[in-house]
Amino acid sequence: MRSGRGDRVFAGGVTGLALIVPLTLAGITFLMVEAAWPSITKYGVGFLTSSTWDPVKEIFGAAAYLYGTLVTTAIAVVLAAPVAVGAAIFLVEYAPKRIAGTLSFLIEVLAYIPSIVYGLWGLFVLVPLFRENVEPSLQSLLGPVPIVGGLFAGAIGGRDLLVGGVILAIMIVPILVAVSREVIAAVPTAQREGMLGIGATKWEMVRGAVLPYARIGIIGAIVLGLARAFGETMAVTLVVGNSSTAITSSLFVPGYTMASAIANQFVEATGQLYFSAIVEIAVLLLIVALVVNTLARLLIRRVSAAPQGFAI
Amino acid sequence: MKFRLAASALAVATLIAACGGASTPGPSASANTCFPVKGQCPEEAQTLTASGATFPAVVYTKWIDEYYKSTGVQVNYQAIGSGGGIKAITEKTVDFAGSDAPMTDAQLAAVSTSILHIPTVMGAVVPTFNIPGVTKLNLTPDTLAGIYLGTIKTWNDPKLAADNPGVTFPSSNITPVFRSDSSGTTFAFTDYLAKVSPDFKSKVGAGTAVTFPSGVGGKGNDGVAGVVKSTPNSIGYVELIYAIQQKLGTAALRNASGKFVDPTLDAVSKAAVGVTYPDDLRVSITNSPNADAWPISTFTFLLTYKDVSDHAKALAMARYFWWGTHDGQAFTKDLGYAPLPADVLTKAEAKIHSMTSGGLPVLPSN
Amino acid sequence: MTAAALAPAWRVRRRRRVADTVMAVLLVVATAIAVGLLVLILGYLLVNGLPALNVAFFTERPKPFGVEGGGVGPAIVGTLIVSALAGVIAIPIGIAAAIFVTELRPGRWGGIVRFAAELIAGLPSIAVGVFVWSFLVRGLLGRYSALAGAVALAVIMVPIVARTTEEVLRLVPGSLREAALALGAPRWRVILRVVLPTARAGVATAAVLAVARAAGETAPLLLTALGNLFFSTDLLRPIAALPLQIYQYASSPYDDWHAKAWGGSLILVAVIAAVSLALRAFAPRGAR
Repeated sequence: MRSGRGDRVFAGGVTGLALIVPLTLAGITFLMVEAAWPSITKYGVGFLTSSTWDPVKEIFGAAAYLYGTLVTTAIAVVLAAPVAVGAAIFLVEYAPKRIAGTLSFLIEVLAYIPSIVYGLWGLFVLVPLFRENVEPSLQSLLGPVPIVGGLFAGAIGGRDLLVGGVILAIMIVPILVAVSREVIAAVPTAQREGMLGIGATKWEMVRGAVLPYARIGIIGAIVLGLARAFGETMAVTLVVGNSSTAITSSLFVPGYTMASAIANQFVEATGQLYFSAIVEIAVLLLIVALVVNTLARLLIRRVSAAPQGFAI
Repeated sequence: MKFRLAASALAVATLIAACGGASTPGPSASANTCFPVKGQCPEEAQTLTASGATFPAVVYTKWIDEYYKSTGVQVNYQAIGSGGGIKAITEKTVDFAGSDAPMTDAQLAAVSTSILHIPTVMGAVVPTFNIPGVTKLNLTPDTLAGIYLGTIKTWNDPKLAADNPGVTFPSSNITPVFRSDSSGTTFAFTDYLAKVSPDFKSKVGAGTAVTFPSGVGGKGNDGVAGVVKSTPNSIGYVELIYAIQQKLGTAALRNASGKFVDPTLDAVSKAAVGVTYPDDLRVSITNSPNADAWPISTFTFLLTYKDVSDHAKALAMARYFWWGTHDGQAFTKDLGYAPLPADVLTKAEAKIHSMTSGGLPVLPSN
Repeated sequence: MTAAALAPAWRVRRRRRVADTVMAVLLVVATAIAVGLLVLILGYLLVNGLPALNVAFFTERPKPFGVEGGGVGPAIVGTLIVSALAGVIAIPIGIAAAIFVTELRPGRWGGIVRFAAELIAGLPSIAVGVFVWSFLVRGLLGRYSALAGAVALAVIMVPIVARTTEEVLRLVPGSLREAALALGAPRWRVILRVVLPTARAGVATAAVLAVARAAGETAPLLLTALGNLFFSTDLLRPIAALPLQIYQYASSPYDDWHAKAWGGSLILVAVIAAVSLALRAFAPRGAR
C-alpha cells in the first residue's frame, strides 16, 4: 500500500501522542523509585518487617501500614465476595430478565460514587453505628470466645481497621458483581442443560455446572476487587483512625493503610529520609497494584471471551 | 445606519466597562497608600499562595476575608499543618507558610535561601476533653504525660481523682487523641511535656510528628476537635478556639509555679513576659515560670524568604504581614488568640522591614 | 455417599429441595444487600445534602473557619475547570493510543502501548498524585496549580478513554474500511473521515465517562491543586475542587461544614451518576 505524505504525518502525530502513554508509565516508575532510593537502600527488607515509624528519630518501618492494608483488604474481600457473587448468581441464573436488568443497573450506580463520598458516608453513618452498636455487641458476644475474641478486644473509638474494611467491602461490591456476572453469563448453556437434564435442582446445577466453570473468572473478579481495595485512599483515610501504633490483633484498633499513610503524611514529610520513606510506600503500592491487576486480568481473560466493558 | 449606531454604542459601552475595570473593593489606590497599609496598592501582586498551620487558621481566614475587602488581594492560605507549611516553603511551592513550630537548624539548612520567622499571634494549646458527666477537669504535668504515655489508662485512675476532689469519673478507658499530621501544635504540646516529664522526653520526645504509644489520630486542629467531640471518654490537644467552637471542656493545668491555671488569653499573654528572644525569634515559651501563665502557650509564625525576587509579590507579602501584625491584632481576642506583646511586635516589624527584593528593601523605612 | 444411597429416595429428594430453597433465599438476600447499600447511601445523601443546597451554596466562597454561611462556589467552578482541562489533555492522547493499537497496528509497539495503559489504569490515584507532584509541582512548574491537578486527572483518564475507544473502534466493520481504501483513500483519511465518525457516539461516550470519573477524584488533587479560598481561573495558581472541599469539610468539627460536605457530595454524585448512566443507556453496545 502506498503511504503518502499525509499518511506519514498522520501516523507520526498519532504515534507521538500514543507513545506518551508508555513514556508516562516509565516516568512514573523512574521518578518514584529515584525519590524512594535513599529509603530503599537504608532500610532494605527491614522496611517491610519493622513497625517503628519515627520521623523524629528518623527510623522508618512500614510494617504497621502493610498490616493495616492487609487486614482491611481481607475484611473487604471476606465481606464483599459472598454478597457480590451471590448477587451475581441470582442476577444471571434466577432473576427474570427485566428485573435482572434494573437491579444490575442499580448495583452499577454504586460504582459511580466517588470514593470521597464513601468516606463521608462512612465517617458520619458507619463510624457512629459501629461505635455505639455494632462493636460493643461484637465485643460482648464474641469477646469471651478464645482466640477469636482477641479480634474484638480493646477500647472502642469507632474509627478503626474494622470500619475501614467494611467501607472497602461496600466499595468493591459493584466491581465484583459486574465481573462475576459476565463470567457466569459466559458459561455455555450446554453445561447448564446437561445438569438439568439429569434432574438436578437449580442450585445443584449452579454448584455443579456453572460455578466450577466460572470459578477462575470469579477468582479473577475477587483479585480485581482486591486491587481496588489495596489502593483505595480517601474512603479509608476518613474512617481508619490514622495512628501508627504497634501491630495488635484487635480489629478495634485505629490503624493506617499504606494509601492513607501517604495521603496523610506526604504533604509534610520534611527531611529527605522521611520523604523518601513515604515515596517508598507509594512504590510498594505501585508494585502490588501492577502485580495484582495483571494477575486479575489474566484470570478473567481466560474465562470470559467478552471484552471487559467495565471501565474501572 | 441603525446598525452602525448600535454597533458604536456597543463599542463605547464595552470600552467604558473595560476602563471601569473589574469591581475591586476598597478606596481607590494611590502610590502613597502602599505603606502604611491603608487600602489598595497598584504595584502589588493580587494573589498570594500560602499553606501551613491549622492552629491559627481561625484568625488567619478572618484576616484574609477582611484584607480582601480592604485591599482586593487574594491570600489563599490552605491549612494543612505546620509540617506541610515547612515542607512547602522548603520546596518553594508556596509564597509563604505558617507554622507554630519554629524551623529546626536542619530544616533551615535544607532551604537554599534565608528564611524569616515573623510571629503573628499567640495562642494556648489546651487539653480538651469529652467525658460524660464531667465539666471541670484539673490536670498536672504528671497526669497529662501519663495519659499520653498510656500509663494512666482509665478516667477513674486515683492520680486523676487526687487532683479533682468531688468529681465522679466514669471507669471507661481513656482515648487520647493526637495529630495524625505533622503539627506545630503537637510541637508545642510535646515540647511542654518533654520539659516537665523526663519519662515523656525519653519515650516519645518533642517534635512536630512524634509517635504516641496509643490513641486516635485527627487531621488538623479541627480534625482533633472533631474526633474528641464525637468520641466519648476522649481527650485531645487543640488551640483554645477550637475547643470553644465545639463547646468542649478545657482542662485547667498546674503550671510551673504550682497554680492550677485555666486557659485564658491573659494567662497566655503572661507566658510571654520576661522572655529573652533570640535574633531569629525562634523561641519556645512553654512551661513559663510566671505565676499566672498558661504552661502550653506558643507563638505562631509566618515563614517567608528574606529575599523575594518578584517585587510585586514581595510588596504584597510585606504589606499583608504588616497588616496582620497591626490591624489584624484587633481580631485576635474575639477569636481565642492573644495579641502580640509590644516588645515582640517591635521585633516583628524589624523582621518585615528586613525583607528585600533583589537586594533592595521592600518597604520604605518609616 | 453410601449412606445417602441407602436413604429412602423421598428423604433425599426433600433434602435436596430444602437445600435448593435455602440457597435461593440466600441469593436473594445477597442481592438485596447489594442493592440495599446503594439505596442507603443515596438516601443519606439526599436527606443530609438537600437541606444544604441554597443559592449561597453555589455562588459564594467559604467563610472563615467556624463562621456559618458562605458556599462552595470556588470548588464547583474549580472542578469544572480542572475536569475540562484534564479532558482536553487526556482525550486526544487516549484516542490516539486507541487508533495506534487498532488501526496503525505496528505489532509489538501496539502491545506495549496497550499494556502501559492497563498498568496505569491499575495505579492507586494517590501514587499518580505523588508522581505529578514530583514532576510538576516541585519540578517543572514550581508551584501548586490547576494545571498540575489537570495533568494528574488526565493520567487517570487516558487509560479509560483509550480502552473504551479501542473497543468501539474494533466494532467498526472491516468492510467499511476496505471499501474506503478500495476507493483509493489514503489510510489517514479512512481513519479520520470514515472510521472515527462511525464510532463517534462511542468515542464521545468514552470521553464523557472518563471526565465524569476524573471529576470525583480527590487524592491526586490533594497533592497538586492544593485548593483555593477564592474563585480562580488562573491555570498556574492553586484551584479549589469539590472533592477537596468535601474532604476538608468532612474532617472538620463544624456542623455547618458537615452539612455542606453532604451537599457537595450530593451534587457530585448527581452529576457524575446522571451523566454516566445517561450515556451508558444510550451508547451502542461495547462502548460501556
